[in-house]
Amino acid sequence: MAAPMLRGVSPVRRWSLAWVDGGSRHRRTSPNGSTSNRIREQSSVAQQPLHTAQKPRKGGHKWAAVVGLEIHAQISSNSKLFSGSQVSFTAPPNSLVSFFDASLPGTLPVLNRRCVEAAVMTGLALNCRINKKSLFDRKHYFYADLPAGYQITQQRLPIAANGSLSYGVFVGNRWSHMATKTVRIKQIQLEQDSGKSLHDDLRSQTLIDLNRAGVGLLEVVMEPDLSCGEEAAAVVKELQLILQALGTSQANMAEGQLRVDANISVHHPGEPLGIRTEVKNLNSIRFLARAIDHEIQRQINELESGGEILNETRSFDPKLGCTVPMRDKEGKQDYRFMPEPNLPPLVLYDTASLPAGADSQQVINIDQIRDALPELPSATRKRLVQQYGMLPEHSFALLNEAGLLQFFQNVMKETRAEPKKVTSWVLNTLLGYLKHHNLAVSESPITPSALAGLLDLLDSKAISSSAAKQVFEELWKGEAKTAAQIVSEKQLELMQDQEALERLCQSMMEGHPQVVMDMKKGNPRAINKLIGLVRKATLNRADPAVIKDTLERLSS
Amino acid sequence: MLGRTLREVSVALKQGQITPTELCRKCLSRIQRTKFLNAYITVSEEVALKQAEESEKRYKNGRSLGDLDGIPVAVKDNFSTSGIETTCASNMLKGYIPPFNATVVQKLLDQGALLLGKTNLDEFAMGSGSTDGAFGPVKNPWSFSKQYREQKREQRRPKLHREREGTDWLIAGGSSGGSAAAVSALTCFAALGSDTGGSTRNPAAHCGLVGFKPSYGLVSRHGLIPLVNSMDVPGILTRCVDDTAIVLGVLAGHDPKDSTTVQDPVKPFTLPSLTDVSKLCIGIPKEYLVPELSSEIRSLWSKAADLFESAGAKVIEVSLPHTSYSIVCYHVLCTSEVASNMARFDGLEYGHRCDVSVSTEAMYAATRREGFNDVVRGRILSGNFFLLKENYENYFIKAQKVRRLIANDFVNVFNSGVDILLTPTTLSEAVPFLEFIKEDNRTRSAQDDIFTQAVNMAGLPAVSVPAALSAQGLPVGLQFIGRAFCDQKLLTVARWFEQQVQFPVLQLQGLMDDCSSAFENEKLASVSLKQ
Repeated sequence: MAAPMLRGVSPVRRWSLAWVDGGSRHRRTSPNGSTSNRIREQSSVAQQPLHTAQKPRKGGHKWAAVVGLEIHAQISSNSKLFSGSQVSFTAPPNSLVSFFDASLPGTLPVLNRRCVEAAVMTGLALNCRINKKSLFDRKHYFYADLPAGYQITQQRLPIAANGSLSYGVFVGNRWSHMATKTVRIKQIQLEQDSGKSLHDDLRSQTLIDLNRAGVGLLEVVMEPDLSCGEEAAAVVKELQLILQALGTSQANMAEGQLRVDANISVHHPGEPLGIRTEVKNLNSIRFLARAIDHEIQRQINELESGGEILNETRSFDPKLGCTVPMRDKEGKQDYRFMPEPNLPPLVLYDTASLPAGADSQQVINIDQIRDALPELPSATRKRLVQQYGMLPEHSFALLNEAGLLQFFQNVMKETRAEPKKVTSWVLNTLLGYLKHHNLAVSESPITPSALAGLLDLLDSKAISSSAAKQVFEELWKGEAKTAAQIVSEKQLELMQDQEALERLCQSMMEGHPQVVMDMKKGNPRAINKLIGLVRKATLNRADPAVIKDTLERLSS
Repeated sequence: MLGRTLREVSVALKQGQITPTELCRKCLSRIQRTKFLNAYITVSEEVALKQAEESEKRYKNGRSLGDLDGIPVAVKDNFSTSGIETTCASNMLKGYIPPFNATVVQKLLDQGALLLGKTNLDEFAMGSGSTDGAFGPVKNPWSFSKQYREQKREQRRPKLHREREGTDWLIAGGSSGGSAAAVSALTCFAALGSDTGGSTRNPAAHCGLVGFKPSYGLVSRHGLIPLVNSMDVPGILTRCVDDTAIVLGVLAGHDPKDSTTVQDPVKPFTLPSLTDVSKLCIGIPKEYLVPELSSEIRSLWSKAADLFESAGAKVIEVSLPHTSYSIVCYHVLCTSEVASNMARFDGLEYGHRCDVSVSTEAMYAATRREGFNDVVRGRILSGNFFLLKENYENYFIKAQKVRRLIANDFVNVFNSGVDILLTPTTLSEAVPFLEFIKEDNRTRSAQDDIFTQAVNMAGLPAVSVPAALSAQGLPVGLQFIGRAFCDQKLLTVARWFEQQVQFPVLQLQGLMDDCSSAFENEKLASVSLKQ
């Protein structure tokens, strides 16, 4: 039900990898390449100009952008972080609100074990140090969708810290030039989501929906290690894949399960960092890249024209394609942080520190969670490269589209065709059709088995590549026919009768003596003409390679 | 019947001497007759009678639930009660009817107790007199006692006589003054108070009751509308220590809704009979001997120490060196948490909402200005100041460190072999209302919490036990402080003391005829600890 609506607003689903080169025409690299561990590093990369450095400043200095991300991921859990209310995106307004969520006086927070486990899993997957003791704090501000007047978060001692996230970026516009980079994770903290305010300007009233109030969030705070929108987009995409692989968040940006704030500043390398702005409300990866690149350019323009950057919060207007200051009447907020007195310190154990006889329902064992971690996207890609001899960029492409890897693997299970062939058909043909029709992999009218059947026919040379395309189109109609049925109905199978083919070639040569003469003189176009004529006569059912062999044999 | 202890009336119910409904009606009628005390904000007559009816059925069927079945109780109006208005004596919560019961309330009801009503307090429990609530001050029942009046007459102060019906009455102490007055005036057999800095023990001392503050974490705070989450505990007010133990036995234990409650299972609170105190070591903290302490209480305190000593206990002077920092430390921590806890009262989800609709911010401001009294607004303001980024280190963090030092003082003393500390509960007996309001709430709270507050910072159990009547004929309480989670031992010692002093029951003038039977078993002002 929700799928068509979401499709309309989801800018994420695009040609695979388009996000890495679609956001910017500029070539990019890291300022000093110190953290990059490139797979196919080019010597020219390091010499390339900085992303935004086309315009030399008066002093001849170049600008460097510094980008840091703060990402809020809604934890995928049945109930909220501190209450038993259900979590659901589609429920009617204010239908999932416990007394605690509505901040009725006297209610107390009770920590949800699942949310803690999700935070530990995510922390481990992001190479963080998991703090065996973490604390909760209150962050105060008045807002209509924050019923308690404060948010419970982990400001002083978060559950995880000091991690890193590796991500791949494509250097320039070419897929083959890929680099692996790393962004440091400062910390991951557990916190409550707020409710939602719906402003009805017409009647000048604000409507509050508290369904989301108190849902568990993982705030992933990154160090400012990025330098452009493209990198930020790649980081967010990788984080999204990791969260989805872990199952700790559905990380659907369109549903607000993954929300990104970007801190952006520009400076001259070697000089202190510039004043930063915060760009909020980035609700798609494409907008994220555009917003960051726009904001970098805006700051450079501002500084070059003698202006100054204000430490402010801006939002991205996708229609205008630029960032605009957010109305912030309060000015700079003092959040008056305070320890949350109703929650004792959150204590985690590892196998070594686990108290003897501890009730496994009452304690969380980090080692146990580590052992149960699923395969992470980077490992999956490595496996694909090793197992199928796939190009790294193809492994990225397979993972970036939800469900595509599973589809690929299902096809592989059922077909005799070469992995390369399967990869090409899945990434080019299938994905192309899906994109063209704006469909998700799960909505594909062609099942993995159907595609496997088609690829088997192709592999056994029962049909030609062009016939295969035709069969694919027929399969796409989703009429529940197998590839073999379509081939036989449409008589698309390759001519297997070698004698008949020979006779056809013979008569074709006899009918075109001049062309045969040319051919014998060594004109390569002549044989191609004959091949074309024979193919036409066979209604495209003969393999051009076989025709060529036959023609050459007959004319010699 | 009303003058009996909880245990006694429980026996009477079990033996069929009285039915729960009869008992409930007697109490309701007593509430009506003592209405001038202003002890109750809400009297839940219908609810109580219905509960009594059910209790009666259980007794008839021989399936009573235990000692509390059919026992009328009152609950301070800062505990959430499902379907019954819960105001915190604030305009902010007038008309607020919680959809759930506080855990302690639920536990009482589960044991068959009858909820008579919600008792008066200082607004949001901020005060030490029960004088600063939206429903007016609570009057100390002892203002109208035979004991007090007789002393007054002897003192021949005709002026005061004239004012008797007007403003010549004493404060009940606070902030659980309504609960204390309710139990003291014999309108119920036990009441819940809350204790953040002494709010249960202080009015207990002024009203001649046992006022118990359990160890932090022993009793659930879920549903208690918070003042200072890290110090609040539900308190118990009864007429004797045994009754407190019965109620505590019902209330104590882990609550999944309050993560700060103890995980370990709690044993039933039956108090062993203590006959030999010779193995006890009683500590007398020297820092509690302050110049402001009335000489009468000082002398009672030392007599109590002598009492233990003469019975064979070891009584030693001990030092709690950081005591003097307690007041200022408490001020910072309390107001900071208050600022935070009060942030939820914005007029959106529940409670008072002003008519201003210019903007959300204007609505917040007007709602909070109208909803809170000066005391609450003052504490919110101070608290927010202490929590500002620029002040946090200098105030909040420092106060937390001092709190740790104060808590360590107690740990050190207890580790040195002391079992129980004996201190005064209050500086003096209850003062007249007109006297009390000469100082503002903040000054009063700071003065009156002096002996009680440090215990909350350390999370220890403490109980105020009536020791004697003063020369004026007013009750004086002494406080016993125990080790964390040694509540049972504390109450055991408190009961031993209680048995030695034989504190008299209040005799309300003008109500004598109604409850003459209530007093037939009671000794008149026989005080063993004579001045």
